[in-house]
Amino acid sequence: MLAKRIIPCLDVKDGRTVKGVNFVSLRDAGSAADLARFYSLNGADELVLLDITATVEKRGTMVSLVREVARRISIPFTVGGGIRDEDDVDRMLSAGADKISVNSAAVRNPSLIDALAGRFGSQCVVLALDARSNPSLPSGYETVVDGGRTPTGLDALSWAREAAGRGAGEVLLTSMDKDGTKDGFAVDLTRIISSNIDIPVIASGGAGKMEDFRTVFVEGKADAALAASVFHFHEIDIPDLKRYLREAGIPVR
Amino acid sequence: MIAVIRYNAGNVLSVMNALSRMGKDAVLTDDRAAIERADKVIFPGVGEASSAMAYLKAHRLDEVIRGLRQPFLGICLGMQLMCASSEEGDTECLGIFPERVRLFPKGRGWKIPHVGWNTLERLSGPLFKASEEGDYAYFVHSYYVPLSDSASSVTEYDGVVFSSSLSRGNFHGVQFHPEKSGEEGERILRSFLEET
Repeated sequence: MLAKRIIPCLDVKDGRTVKGVNFVSLRDAGSAADLARFYSLNGADELVLLDITATVEKRGTMVSLVREVARRISIPFTVGGGIRDEDDVDRMLSAGADKISVNSAAVRNPSLIDALAGRFGSQCVVLALDARSNPSLPSGYETVVDGGRTPTGLDALSWAREAAGRGAGEVLLTSMDKDGTKDGFAVDLTRIISSNIDIPVIASGGAGKMEDFRTVFVEGKADAALAASVFHFHEIDIPDLKRYLREAGIPVR
Repeated sequence: MIAVIRYNAGNVLSVMNALSRMGKDAVLTDDRAAIERADKVIFPGVGEASSAMAYLKAHRLDEVIRGLRQPFLGICLGMQLMCASSEEGDTECLGIFPERVRLFPKGRGWKIPHVGWNTLERLSGPLFKASEEGDYAYFVHSYYVPLSDSASSVTEYDGVVFSSSLSRGNFHGVQFHPEKSGEEGERILRSFLEET
């Protein structure tokens, strides 16, 4: 039976891990490569490495980190943050990333998804969709870009559908209302997206306790759940979380 | 020496990295003589079937692969290319296994590709001598090999039970990615590399 995936996210700056609360203040949680290795041996099903400073700093440090992580871990990982074109993707995949995620660049130029899926395959193209509540839109959620700073007017569900149609293989769905709050995942948003598209959805933003994961899998219909600080600061231990979910009847590895 | 076949498919690096983590030397090559000489041959692959087959034929690697006698392991697209044909691009493949590779049906609320960790069941054959029933492996694919007499494990996805690995003589194929399947995957790779 297909397992629900637990995915730690490493927000990376200069080859180290940091997690911003609402993407503003930064706290250091140690070396990204060491942390990636630790998670791969401690029950994580996949990892996401997000280059949170890719737009303003040199990309070279990220490529060498990706190369090191690929050598050291034996689970799949996705690289995102500042991926703008086919060359960026080629560089990350050639360094050993299994998938890449695209966010703002795909909103501005949706045909980027077609180009990436055509050249590299849908299996490695993840749409990172940041959404915020907006009752005036049909799904009730709006796509936002630039780390949540810029609203687009684009309905989150119609964008997810369009991206799936253009060849995205998965959606990494982050609730900007919940991100950093530890208040639980955005269950309603996740359910609306996940039950209306035919590619897997990774729920992100808001994880605070183990029960939040159960809720987003059962009620939110998420295929995977991503979190950062609750793992980095040992508030939730992944083997404990897996045990809890298994006892709750949710298939986990 | 382990030869990893180089062709126009992605994901060769992850196989090389996995072998290196296990302390095994391997060469990435499309040289026919080097492949024929190797003790073990690994045929990785993420990509599209018809363009991969066209490349293999253009480099006459199709004939070489069919004639190999040493332990051979196809991974993901590699395993699919070992079958008779594929619905992907309606492609004639290597024909080591008689099956036709099919696309998971759409429009039943299914999510495609089948991506993530799924269980391996009804294990048999040398690849799984160190594995246990129900071990998890990492999958990412939209096409699958139906149940087969050559299946050495099966996996279920949303009601379809398919061949998650195939074995016949020296030829083995796995639909999942052992190089990305943590310790469970490493046990399978080790079992393959211990074959003679």
